[in-house]
Amino acid sequence: MVWTGLTALLSHWRRRPVQLAMLLLGLSLATALWSAVQAINGEARASYDRAAAILGQDRLAQLVREDGARMDQQEFVRLRRAGWLASPVIEGEMRFGDVRLRVLGIDPLTLPPQAQQVDVAVGDELLPFITAPGVLYAAPETATRLTEQATPPVRVAEGLPPGTVLTDIGQAQVLLGAKDKISRLLLWPDQPIGRAPLEVTAPGLTLREPSETGDLARLTDSFHLNLTAFGFLAFAVGLFIVHSAIGLAFEQRRPVFRTLRALGLPARVLVLLLIAELLTFALLAGLVGVALGYVVASALLPDVAATLRGLYGADVPGTLLIRPAVWAAGLAIAVIGTLVAAAQSLWRLWHLPLLAAAQPRAWARASERALRAQGVAAMVLLLTAAGIAHFGSGLEAGFALLAALLLGAALALPLVLTGILHLGGRLARGPLAEWFWADTRQQLPGLSLALMALLLALAVNVGVSTMVSSFRLTFTGWLDQRLASELYVTARTEAEATAIRDWLAQRSDAVLPIWSIEGRVAGQPAAIYGVADHATYRDNWPILSAVPEVWDRIATGDGALINEQLARRQELGLGDQITLPGGWRASIVGVYADYGNPIGQVIIGIDTLLQHYSDVSRLRYAIRIAPGKAEALAAGLRAEFGLPAQNVIDQAGIKVFSLKVFERTFRVTAALNVLTLGVAGLAMFASLMTLSGMRLPQLAPVCAMGLPRRHLAWLELWRGLLLAGLTMLAALPVGIGLAFVLLAVVNVEAFGWRLPMHLFPGDWARLAALALLAAGLAAAAPAWRLARLSPSDLLKVFAHER
Amino acid sequence: MLLRLHQIDKFYPTGEGPLHVLNGIDLSLEAGKSLALTGESGSGKSTLLHLVAGLDSPDAGEIHLGGTNIVGLNDTALAALRRGTVGLVFQQFNLIPSLDVAANLAFQARLAGRPDPAWLKVLAKRLGLAQVLTRYPEQLSAGQQQRVAIGRTLAARPRLVLADEPTGNLDEATGDAVLDLMLSLVAETGAALLMVTHSNRLANRLNARVHLHAGRLV
Repeated sequence: MVWTGLTALLSHWRRRPVQLAMLLLGLSLATALWSAVQAINGEARASYDRAAAILGQDRLAQLVREDGARMDQQEFVRLRRAGWLASPVIEGEMRFGDVRLRVLGIDPLTLPPQAQQVDVAVGDELLPFITAPGVLYAAPETATRLTEQATPPVRVAEGLPPGTVLTDIGQAQVLLGAKDKISRLLLWPDQPIGRAPLEVTAPGLTLREPSETGDLARLTDSFHLNLTAFGFLAFAVGLFIVHSAIGLAFEQRRPVFRTLRALGLPARVLVLLLIAELLTFALLAGLVGVALGYVVASALLPDVAATLRGLYGADVPGTLLIRPAVWAAGLAIAVIGTLVAAAQSLWRLWHLPLLAAAQPRAWARASERALRAQGVAAMVLLLTAAGIAHFGSGLEAGFALLAALLLGAALALPLVLTGILHLGGRLARGPLAEWFWADTRQQLPGLSLALMALLLALAVNVGVSTMVSSFRLTFTGWLDQRLASELYVTARTEAEATAIRDWLAQRSDAVLPIWSIEGRVAGQPAAIYGVADHATYRDNWPILSAVPEVWDRIATGDGALINEQLARRQELGLGDQITLPGGWRASIVGVYADYGNPIGQVIIGIDTLLQHYSDVSRLRYAIRIAPGKAEALAAGLRAEFGLPAQNVIDQAGIKVFSLKVFERTFRVTAALNVLTLGVAGLAMFASLMTLSGMRLPQLAPVCAMGLPRRHLAWLELWRGLLLAGLTMLAALPVGIGLAFVLLAVVNVEAFGWRLPMHLFPGDWARLAALALLAAGLAAAAPAWRLARLSPSDLLKVFAHER
Repeated sequence: MLLRLHQIDKFYPTGEGPLHVLNGIDLSLEAGKSLALTGESGSGKSTLLHLVAGLDSPDAGEIHLGGTNIVGLNDTALAALRRGTVGLVFQQFNLIPSLDVAANLAFQARLAGRPDPAWLKVLAKRLGLAQVLTRYPEQLSAGQQQRVAIGRTLAARPRLVLADEPTGNLDEATGDAVLDLMLSLVAETGAALLMVTHSNRLANRLNARVHLHAGRLV
C-alpha cells in the first residue's frame, strides 16, 4: 500500500520535471547562500579561536596592566624573585615591507608547557632563536607572504594563526622598538604556596583569568551577525520558491489526493508519504546546496578576509576547510525550511474534506477573508517595527526592526497591488483593458508569493545600495578631510627619523608627527595619538561635536578628542572624563568621525603625549608641502635615505588604498545582493511557468471570443512587467526605510558610527530596469508557450477533457 | 446480506437551518445482485452512496457491510474498507493523471495488496484498453477514461461496487457500451453493484431499483 501510494505521488514529478527542478533549485539555492555564510563565519570563528588560544591564553591566567599599556621588564624580574612562576610576552603590530603582522615575542626558557605553540628548543633550534637576528615562526601562508620581504629567517610552523609571527622576546622588543618592555606575563598553572602577594610585588598589575573568546571574536560579532542576517534573508527568499513550488504541487495533486483517499489510502499514511517525499527532496537539495554553498563561500572568502583585515585587523585564511558542522547545519536548515514551507499545504491536506468538489482550484486563491487577515498581520508587523524603532536599542533590536519591516511590507504587498489593480480596472476603457486588469487581479493570489520574494529582494537591494553609496560618499569626503597632508613617511629607526626630520625642516612647509601608543581606554582597546598644533588639523579634522576653541585646549594639554565609535560604545560625551594609560585623566573636548577603524582612538596634544609616554615610537610623519612639489620631495626622500617605496606614500596613494579596502568591504554584500535578486527572479519564473499550465481555462474563452493567441501572449508578458514594475515602486519606500535602519541603527551598533543618508535615484532606475528585465525574462517563456499552443489544446478546455 | 442500511438520517447545515437530506432510509443488497438508486438532482442519491463507501458518516442509523456496522469506524478502518471490500466508480473518472493506463488499472489492486496480472490482462482486453496501456489519461477519450476507472475498480475484485452516475459524462451509445461491460464484469466477479443514476432506462437494466425523493425511499 505504502509503495503503491508513493508511486502515485512521485509520478507527478516524473511528468513535471521543470516543476521538480524549480523546487530542488529553489531549495538548493536557499541552502547554498545560507551555507556559504555559515562556512565563511565558521572559518573566521575558527581563526579567532586559534588566535584566542595562542600561547595558551584560553587556559592560562595572565598578569597585565589595568590600562592595557606595556609594563617594564623589571616587573617580571620582581615577580620571579618573589616566587611567581611567570613568563614574559610582548606583542605588537609591525610592517615588513607591505605586509602588516602581529609580532609575538616569548621567552622559551620560562614559557609554560601549555603555551608552547612551537617547540623552539628542539635540536639546535634554540640558539638561533634567542640570538640575533633571531628566527620568525609563521603559519605556511604567512611565511609565503613574507618571502619577498626583508625579515629575519622565517620558519614554517603549523598551528599558528595567520598574520602572526612568533619570535624570541628580545628580538621582538627590537622589532617593535620597545626595549625592556613586555605586554603581559603568562602564569604557570601551579604557583608556589607562600609567594608574595601580587598587591605587594606588582601593585600596578591585575590578574586576567583565561578567556576562550578573544577581543577579535567580540569585535567581529556584529560583522558576522550582519552576514548571518543576509544569509537568512537569502534563505527566506529561497523558501518563497520552495513554498510556491510545494503549494502548487499540492494544489495540482488535490484531485489525486482525494482519489487516493477514496480508494482506501488513510489520510495519516498520505500525509506521512508526502512528508517522506519532501524530506527526500530536502536532503537531496540540501546536499547540492551545501556543496554549492562551499563554491560560493570559496569565491567570497578572499573578500571577507580582506574586509575583516581592513575593518578589524583580523586575519582569516583565504581558504576553506570542509567542516562537518556546516554540512549538518546545511542539511538541517534545508529540512526545516522545507517543512516550514510545506506546513501550510500539509495542514490543508490533513483537513481536506474528502467530499469537496474535485476540480483543481487555482492555487492559493486568497479569499477576501484571507487577504484581510494578511492585511491585519502586515499592519501588526509594521506597528511592531515602529514600536521597536521608538523603544528598542541594541543590534538585536535593529535586526528585529528590519525583520518586522520587511515581513510586514511583504505581507502588505498583495493588498496594495489588489488596490492598485482595482483602481486600474475602474479607470480602464474597453472590454479588453477591463478584462486585462480583472484577469491580472485574479492572477495575484497565485503570484503573490513570488512578488513578495521580489519585493524583499528589491527592497534589500535599494536599502543596502543606499547604505553603501551613502557610506562611500561620506567616506570619500572624510578621506579628503582626514588625509590633508601631501606626503606620509615612515622611518625605519629612531635615528633615521631624526635625520629625516632635520632634512625636511628646510624643504617642507611642516612636518607633523604621527606618534601613538596603544592601551585601554574606558575598558576598550584604543590608540592614543599626539597631534601638533597646526592648521592642518584645525582646518580639516572631521569634528562631529566639540567645545569652543577645541584645538587650543588640545594644544595646551587641556583635554582630549575621542573618535565616534569610542564615544558611542562607552556612551561618552563632551565634558566626560576618561582615564588614559598610565592612569592620568583627561576631559573630552570633542568627538570626531573615524570610519573604518575598529578600535577606539584618542587625540591629545603632542607635548602631552611626550610628557606621559616619553618612550613613544617616533617613526611616522605627515608632511605638508605645495602639492606640485610633493612628488619631487618624495623622490628626494627615497634617494637621500634609501627608503623603500612603501615608506613614502603620497596622499593619493593612501586614498586609492583606502577606497580599495572600502570597495572590497562591500563586495560580499553586493554579491549576496545580486544572488538574492537572482533567487527572487527564479521564484517569479517558477510561479509563472507553473501557473501558465493552470491558466488555460481562463484564457481559452478569451481566445474563443476572437483574441489571437499571439495577442494573448503579449498581454501575458505585459502583465509580468506591470506586476514587477508595481512591486519595484512598492519596494522603494521599504528599501529607503531599510537603509535608514541600517545607517541609523545597525551600523551604529555594529561599527560604532552613524552616517548621513543620501538618495541615489540613478541606482534605483538601474535596479528597476534590472527587475523589469528579470520579470520580462520570467514571463517570456510562458508567454512563448501560450503563443505556440495548438488550438486543440485550447479546445480541450471546452470538451472538459482536462 | 452483504449490505444493510437501517434508519439512516443525514443532515446538511444550511443558512436556513439543517437540511434533512436522508430521512430514515432502510435498504439492503445481497451479494451478486445489482440495485439502481434513482432520483432527481438533490434527492440524496450521491450522499447515500458516499455513506455506504465510508466517505461520509450518517447522523443516525446503521450501515452493515459484510456483517460489520461501519458507522463510527475511524479513518484507518474506513480506508481499509474502501481498499479491500468496496470499489468506487466516479462520474468524473478520477484517474491519476500522472500514471499511465496500465498503472491506473493496476492501482487499486496493488493498493489492496491483491495484484493479479492475469486478471488485469483479461480486464484490459475486455475493456478494449489493451492498445492504450502506455498512454496517459489526458490522451484518452472520455469513454476510454471511464473504462479505465471501471477496470481499476474491478481489478481489486471488491465485494461491493459503488458507481455514481458512471455514464453521466458519456454519450448514450458509449454509456450503454460501458454499462454493458460493467454489468457483465461485475456479474463475473460475483460482486454486488449499487449504482446511482437519474436514467430510468439504465436503472431498468439492473436487478432491482429504488427511488429516492426528498430524502425518503419511495
